[in-house]
Amino acid sequence: MADSGVSGGADKKDNIEREKIEGKELTKEEKQRLRKEKKQQKKGKEKKDASLPQVSVAETAAPASQLKAERRARQEAERTSKQSKKGDTGQPATTSKPKIPPNELQPVVKRLPEHIQVDDPDVLKKLAKKLERQQIPRRLDYGYKVSLFSHLLQYSRKAPLTQQLSIPSAVIHPAIVRLGLQYSQGIVAGSNARSIALLHAFKQVISDYTTPSNEELSRDLVNKLKPYISFLNQCRPLSASMGNAIKYIKKEISNIPSQFKEDDAKKKLLNCIECFIEEKIVLAAKAIAKSSIEKINDGDVILVYGCSSLVNHILCEAFEKGRKFRVIVVDSRPRLEGREALRRLVQKGISCTYVLISAVSYILPEVSKVFLGAHALLANGYVMSRVGTSQIALVAKAFNVPVLVCCETYKFCERVQTDSFVSNELDDPDDLIVTRKGETQLKDWQQVPRLGLLNLVYDVTPPDFVDLVITDLGMIPCTSVPVVLRVKNVDLL
Amino acid sequence: MPGPYRETDLTEKVEAFLSDLKRGGSGTGPLRGSAETARETTALLRRITAQVRWSSAGDLMEVIRKEGRRMSAAQPSETTVGNMIRRVLKIIREEYARSRGSSEEADQQESLHKLLTSGGLSEENFRQYFTALKANVIEAINELLTELEGTTDNIAMQALEHIHSNEVIMTIGRSRTVEAFLKDAARKRKFHVIVAECAPFCQGHEMATSLSKDGIETTVITDAAIFAVMSRVNKVIIGTQTVLANGGLRAVNGTHTLALAAKHHSTPLIVCAPINFLFISGEILSKVNVHCPVFDYVPPELITLFISNIGGHAPSYIYRLMSELYHPEDHEL
Repeated sequence: MADSGVSGGADKKDNIEREKIEGKELTKEEKQRLRKEKKQQKKGKEKKDASLPQVSVAETAAPASQLKAERRARQEAERTSKQSKKGDTGQPATTSKPKIPPNELQPVVKRLPEHIQVDDPDVLKKLAKKLERQQIPRRLDYGYKVSLFSHLLQYSRKAPLTQQLSIPSAVIHPAIVRLGLQYSQGIVAGSNARSIALLHAFKQVISDYTTPSNEELSRDLVNKLKPYISFLNQCRPLSASMGNAIKYIKKEISNIPSQFKEDDAKKKLLNCIECFIEEKIVLAAKAIAKSSIEKINDGDVILVYGCSSLVNHILCEAFEKGRKFRVIVVDSRPRLEGREALRRLVQKGISCTYVLISAVSYILPEVSKVFLGAHALLANGYVMSRVGTSQIALVAKAFNVPVLVCCETYKFCERVQTDSFVSNELDDPDDLIVTRKGETQLKDWQQVPRLGLLNLVYDVTPPDFVDLVITDLGMIPCTSVPVVLRVKNVDLL
Repeated sequence: MPGPYRETDLTEKVEAFLSDLKRGGSGTGPLRGSAETARETTALLRRITAQVRWSSAGDLMEVIRKEGRRMSAAQPSETTVGNMIRRVLKIIREEYARSRGSSEEADQQESLHKLLTSGGLSEENFRQYFTALKANVIEAINELLTELEGTTDNIAMQALEHIHSNEVIMTIGRSRTVEAFLKDAARKRKFHVIVAECAPFCQGHEMATSLSKDGIETTVITDAAIFAVMSRVNKVIIGTQTVLANGGLRAVNGTHTLALAAKHHSTPLIVCAPINFLFISGEILSKVNVHCPVFDYVPPELITLFISNIGGHAPSYIYRLMSELYHPEDHEL
């Protein structure tokens, strides 16, 4: 009895407390509810804004709906027949993550890059739909992929994307089709060459462009460019320099004021592209050459790797200025780009030696400096370049030979990466097959169940292997790359 | 006694062997593994012991030294030939000493006391004749041959001690010892092998096809990608052409880069080499002079472990093994 009384009393106390707490909770809940309502209102507004450009795309696509349906049916038929032949259960092309509403994200977090999520089937489906909408054929993966790289694409050079297009292509400009073929077959290679070819093709596209009647040039042209970029991405994943060039063009296009007449606008855009090429590539090369020549002394033995247009330019300039040096060209399979560099240097009259990358530790004691080119410079100071560059930097460090990297600022990239696995490009694995002494060992590698061939294109060099980076802004250490990026962004704004 | 006939037959065999060595070095003849060369050399030396007329141990040693010099001259980079000759010379000395009845330890130990009081051994000119010497020497050479034949198996038997499951192992070029090592481990464990192809001869391709046919997950990479891929590798296992007295290596082109990359990522580097690969380089323990960059010198600091048919050792122990295998007076043939 006493217990019940006590417990009764305790209950009452609990009730009071509970009411208080609940009351507080209610008010808390109310507050939370209010907050949620506000967020939803904001979301609603932004969704309305975001849907505007999509509406215009739908409008332009409406008249071609019949063609679209036919194409879709044809593509489905082709796809099923190909799949039944290969028995592929689908690791086709790439996708992008769905856009997260911006107010729940920090402004600096970007969308995950498209081409490194090949192993995620949802991501793949989204991309398939996107490509269908843009009427671009999808390129299928080739061969057995090494498990460490199953998140990347691997294509065969023998099956270019352009074979799946009809002639003439109603959706893609012929200059872009040609460019895509040149990329996928390796006819245009090297990041400067690819960027310049891209910009020339875009100049062609812009001069052939006519604005549809109820559209604004600034918005419509950007949308026209999107399928082209997807197509080029399918032919060969875009490089960092190409990405930066495209960003620049898109910004220029969207900044065109609406009162400009079409001819004036096109002229302005063509001018902008010319300026970009002139400033960022040609003049930058001259500035870098001028700085580098100070670093080359008479009697130097300079080691270069592969074929970098910038490094070749520097060496030719230095030779013309009268510096006495000799060059060792290091080359690697399967691309053997060093032969091209060798040809260019020997034509100028520079005395050269040629070795394969496995002989680097044999020849390094004679070397006084190493000059390397770069594909991109990442924001954490790592240098992304042709595969083998990091190896040369490592061995040079072990022998205490200075390593200088030459790179224009337009190749600086905001990505960060610490190893060569997360984001890379896989080239055609058949390139590794070679005939020695009449025997081709790897001829039937596809039939051997557990054998994989890996043909990497890029690798990343840690900043402690690199002594100096020569850019058009001057000579900086590797760790100053984010500073340059910030300065560049401030300029653009 | 068909003496002269046997002698011409013998000289024919020696000539054939010499020309094989010369051709093998230039890359046009059949590329033979070092183990095979060792076996053939030993077999040839046994023949010489059996067939050539000799009366005392000193004569035999002279003959073998002469033939040995010719063989080494035919292919200077194939060091196993010289090694086998030195082993056989050591065997002859041992057998001689045993026949004479003196203890082996007194002959071999280089203690300080011995150095001060020695003088006696160098005057030994092996002139005494023992009837059983020939048989003993031939028997000892036979033992050496069986040891040689079993080296690859002995090394392969140790594989399970060093490889655990789901490892990623990297190797370069083609080494029969490493191939046997990995295949033995693959019978019980599952792991992944990455083979660097080792241009320009691309022997890595053969290694990869052979390993994958035995059910091992294999990937072929180019030499340029060694550093790029190294961060995911657990162990590096390589074979070698020669092991030097300071614990360094003379191995196929590209091995130094591989060793540097492994050191940078703190990946253990394991060398599988039969004990007959040890080579005396004399005073020159820095960069070895090679005739063409077919070989690389790898300094001992970059090597973690040597696995031979008599077990595993650290590079710092190699000099001791050297003194057990070869007699110091045979360093110069």
